[in-house]
Amino acid sequence: MALLELDSVHKRFGGLKAVNDVSFAVEEKSIKAVIGPNGAGKTTLFNLIAGSLPSTSGSIVFNGQELNRRKPYQIAGLGIARTFQNIKMFNGMTALENVMVGRHVQSRAGFISSMFRLPRTWQEEKDIYTKAMGLLDFLEIGEYANMEATSLSFGQQRAVELARALALEPTLLLLDEPAAGLNIYETAEVGRLITKIRDLGITVLLVEHDMSLVMDISDEIVVLSFGEKIAEGLPVDIQNNSEVIKVYLGE
Amino acid sequence: MKKYLAFIPFFLFVVTVHLLTSWTDTLYYLTQMTMSAYYCLLIIGLCVVMGYAGQISLGHAGFFAIGGYISAALTTSNLIEYRDLPLVRLLDSMGMLMTGQDIYGDTLIVITPWMACLAAVILAILLAYLIGIPALKLKGHYLAMATLGFGIIIYRIVLATPYFGEADGIAEVPAFVLFGDISVSGDFSSRVSNYYIAWILLTLGMVLLINLIDSRVGRALRAIHGAEDAADSMGVDTTAYKLNVFVLSAVFAALAGVFMTHYNGSIGPSEAGVMKSVRYVAIVAVGGMAHLWGALIMGITLNFLSLRGVFGTYDDAVFGVILIFIMLFAPNGLLRINFRHVATQLLFFRRAGKKEA
Amino acid sequence: MTAELFIQYIFAGITYGAIYAIVAIGFNIIYNTTGIINFAQGEFVMLGGMISISLLEYMALPLAIVAAVLITMVIGALIEVVFIRWLERPSVLRMIIITIGISILIREVALHIWGESVRSLPYFIGDEITSVAILGARISPQVFWVLGTCTVMVLLLGLFFQATSIGREMRACAANRTAAILCGIDTKNMVTFSFVLSAALGALAGCVMSPITYSQYNIGTGLAIKGFTVAILGGLGSSGGAIIAGLLLGIIEAFSVSVLPLSFQEAVSIAILLLILFIRPHGLFGSKDAAGLKDF
Repeated sequence: MALLELDSVHKRFGGLKAVNDVSFAVEEKSIKAVIGPNGAGKTTLFNLIAGSLPSTSGSIVFNGQELNRRKPYQIAGLGIARTFQNIKMFNGMTALENVMVGRHVQSRAGFISSMFRLPRTWQEEKDIYTKAMGLLDFLEIGEYANMEATSLSFGQQRAVELARALALEPTLLLLDEPAAGLNIYETAEVGRLITKIRDLGITVLLVEHDMSLVMDISDEIVVLSFGEKIAEGLPVDIQNNSEVIKVYLGE
Repeated sequence: MKKYLAFIPFFLFVVTVHLLTSWTDTLYYLTQMTMSAYYCLLIIGLCVVMGYAGQISLGHAGFFAIGGYISAALTTSNLIEYRDLPLVRLLDSMGMLMTGQDIYGDTLIVITPWMACLAAVILAILLAYLIGIPALKLKGHYLAMATLGFGIIIYRIVLATPYFGEADGIAEVPAFVLFGDISVSGDFSSRVSNYYIAWILLTLGMVLLINLIDSRVGRALRAIHGAEDAADSMGVDTTAYKLNVFVLSAVFAALAGVFMTHYNGSIGPSEAGVMKSVRYVAIVAVGGMAHLWGALIMGITLNFLSLRGVFGTYDDAVFGVILIFIMLFAPNGLLRINFRHVATQLLFFRRAGKKEA
Repeated sequence: MTAELFIQYIFAGITYGAIYAIVAIGFNIIYNTTGIINFAQGEFVMLGGMISISLLEYMALPLAIVAAVLITMVIGALIEVVFIRWLERPSVLRMIIITIGISILIREVALHIWGESVRSLPYFIGDEITSVAILGARISPQVFWVLGTCTVMVLLLGLFFQATSIGREMRACAANRTAAILCGIDTKNMVTFSFVLSAALGALAGCVMSPITYSQYNIGTGLAIKGFTVAILGGLGSSGGAIIAGLLLGIIEAFSVSVLPLSFQEAVSIAILLLILFIRPHGLFGSKDAAGLKDF
């Protein structure tokens, strides 16, 4: 069985069908990309999976669990981490602290034990710190650990956001336009990172505009147009699909 | 350990104030310093709600009043007529009652301050959940209105209930024996020891909250303030955290009320007034919102000045002005004010520069 | 309960309810153009009443009321220009605190001008014992002044938003601020105007209610919280909802007096506020989806 399965998912905003009858599956330890022109419903679809929006109908099953009607934090608890199209750093926190927040679901300390610094909490804090630092190093931004996250460059913030998502130790990683706003060198770098993440055994589902990146790294591609799925397949097939070409280039 | 360094100047200050007042024979200043410390206990709790969880409570005087009034009422209502009731007997057998004498020499049987304190804190927790659950479930700042309403209700209740002394409040609250000879009371002979008790309690509160801020929970709270939806998608149950921190601050406020009431020996309805709540909000804002030490410093300074009567009849107005001034020109607090920025704003009436989240 | 008493309570309820509805509409006007809740809304009502009472020494009642409304409108404009206009994208938390500060400031100034004394305007027609008999109940003519004025205000407001260009611009601004700016609407002035408008509504309500409910420097907070309850109950931003919700709250409150002591009257409406937040935060008539998008 696939890791994530969408079955006939719909999302309506009033009369607008933002996502209309979309079904597909994401296999474990693969990279799957969702592409489509602006307004095709890609980000909406992401928000449905991550629980930021409730879907109108249909089912989204992750690891045998229905995601619909679950809150984002519960979905994160199941092992799905995400990044945002317009990077969302926690204001006023350092890069390291941002990543440490990512360890939230993997740690336990509550109000009482945090206030009284119980020995168990002490150990856990050390753990969180080590893991977060390790991730920053893995993404080659360890030197910026103690800088305020919002003061970093765009590319560095993307890396921090990625580290934060990885800190959750997700089974499935949702990346919303990871290359948006990056130049071609940085984009290639992000592509390299994403494959590196997949090789760690993490399944990646990404929404992306940048065709070169998608064609390079994806194992499979889904194409959306006006909220509907118009094609699905290997990168080569998608490149030669006449419907897709029509959508992208016009008639 | 770096985060505890600030306690060194803090202790020096506390001891210096004592020594200075004792040399200059102005020990009476310690009374206001003690009261300021208790108010600060409430203020640092509120600081975590406002600065770190980004929520605003306009009802903290209500929680303070619950602490004060419940402990005052329970430790002053004489149960002697009811001593044969099974419930009273049960309390007695569990060591929850004590005997004393009122000013006329009649015997009193009352609930012990420890038990009264516990009851007050439990009530504060319950009410905080009762308000917090509906108000915080919603996105945005419904808590502000809900707590404002709560504050008004508490004020009305204490003002209208004979059991709480109506406009007169409750007086002759007994001393709160913490352990051995150490007790919270307004007795002149124990003025110095009470000064230190108050500051030790405040220190304890500070340590707990500083620990909290620099922990998994604290990071989650700051993350909520920084970007709520991102915190949510990182697995932080934002509603539960906001709720729990609000409840925690209510506990701090109730405890402050309990100790203050035993120290003063009385409590009156003015402690429950909405203006008191606004004053606490103003102090947290001047202190820099997400800044425990700032809140503490401003809390001591402004409360001390206010208690000494420096602001005269403009007492409430002063806090209103502070509130507006700080929010207009120094949303990051007085200690982090950017004077050049403010000057250009005032001189050229220019738009405030940085955008906010 | 006798039928007369019942009618008496109903009239008391709709009188207060109409005032709450006006305060709620004042909230809505500012909320629609700025997305903030103006905690100083109740202060406009207080100012209207207090200023007109003071002016009565120098001029006739109708003139005093007109002047009081105009002065309050100027105060409303000043508040916006001095405190709000130049803030670039302030956070909701900051705006709440600023408007709370403003309300305290107004109240303290009022305290220093007028003291703590309770005042009131004279009854517009007759005096406090003049009454009209309706189904056996004795109703003061002032009640009809309140109801009439509130009705006229609501009708004029509706006309204003539908038929005048500035009203349409304000609605555009409420619907989508960015788009309104792109269409060349000066949204900054719209915000100022919304403060002026809700100041006018509040002040006029403050004048007509003064003979019945009395005016004092500190009545603002209570009115603000009830107005807010009504605004939420009717669906934040919806004026039609505010009217129905206002009358509902007024009537509930009036009848609560027959069960509970008078000093708990305020507690009743606040309990209702909490209850609504609990079960229907989007109001009686609002949509849940739309409420999810609101900032406050």
